[in-house]
Amino acid sequence: MSMINYASREINCKLVYYGPGLGGKTTNLEHVYNKVAPGAKGKMISLATETERTLFFDFLPVDLGTIRGFKTRFHLYTVPGQVYYNASRKLILKGVDGVVFVADSQIERMEANIEAMQNLYDNMAEHGYDLTRIPFIIQYNKRDLPNAAPIADLQAALNPGWPVEDAARQRPAPDPYHDGEFLVGRTQDGDWLERASYFEAVAVNGEGVFDTLKAVSKLVLKTLG
Amino acid sequence: MPGASSWSLAEADHARIVVLLNAFLRESNARTALLVDRTGQMVATAGEPPEFDPTTFASLAAADFSANDQLARLIGEPEFGSLFHQGETASMYLADIARRVILVVLFDTRTTLGLVKLRVRGTVGELSAVFTEMFARDGGTAPRVEQDFLGDAEDEIDKLFGE
Repeated sequence: MSMINYASREINCKLVYYGPGLGGKTTNLEHVYNKVAPGAKGKMISLATETERTLFFDFLPVDLGTIRGFKTRFHLYTVPGQVYYNASRKLILKGVDGVVFVADSQIERMEANIEAMQNLYDNMAEHGYDLTRIPFIIQYNKRDLPNAAPIADLQAALNPGWPVEDAARQRPAPDPYHDGEFLVGRTQDGDWLERASYFEAVAVNGEGVFDTLKAVSKLVLKTLG
Repeated sequence: MPGASSWSLAEADHARIVVLLNAFLRESNARTALLVDRTGQMVATAGEPPEFDPTTFASLAAADFSANDQLARLIGEPEFGSLFHQGETASMYLADIARRVILVVLFDTRTTLGLVKLRVRGTVGELSAVFTEMFARDGGTAPRVEQDFLGDAEDEIDKLFGE
């Protein structure tokens, strides 16, 4: 829920990193925290267990600076990935403006990815939000590992697309981030499908972290216009 | 409405809210009053300026209130309308406003919990009326920014997140 405060001249937007446990959500935030200029970031808060597993959430405010008189800020949150923390996970989605799903590319984690994605759809629906209509990016993390599944398999399992019912949008939309691929395209049966943008990442060394963040924050800003 | 309910706070509404908060502070002798929305964003502050980072404070206060809301449901209560955190010298009292906003009162030994609670009750009623009217008036219309803003914001994103 972006909020425009005309009194304090501030715009705040909420981004949530979602995904299976140990997939790299906190690592994404840590990389952003370490690389963003000191003046542009607030304190990073981690509500974690003693073994550094996220218990409630991580939180990092990032300042874009003052744009046309409005101090513009993104609030980055992660959710706890472990299955049994669903109650906390759902709370963090309240008022979300954009979602990044951080998938663990390892073949062994395919089931965990699918379960987390289903859980994301369910929790969004419980808040009355439609994931297919808000800024949503998928990040395939841990691409450097030898047991990483091929992107095509991950896309088929986690980003198969949703039907495009609006006739005005039923036309091919190229994926700006991948040559020769489409975000809106037609299946062999003639149905129109739309997919979320995706990025490959190795969050532990920062690869793909800012590409993902840039893409989702631009999508969020577009919803304000 | 694609996702969450976006909203905006107009200067006139903000002014009305601050008047109510200041009156509450005078009557209760509390130090600072803050309004935080349920998604973790600071809406308004009055009284002694806080020495902590307000952004962090707002996100934690909203999470605190939401977690307690769920605990209430688990024990069969529809909600906890208020929460109290007691410190040695500084304490916090949190109260729900119209299910959308949280009033957070910071106070110390210059006053008592009893007086704060008593005064909060009236202020919650007044603030609820303001917010209910505000949301009814603006309901469903998402805030919009100018196109120029979007262009400039994209440039800033490229700069800041460019590595």
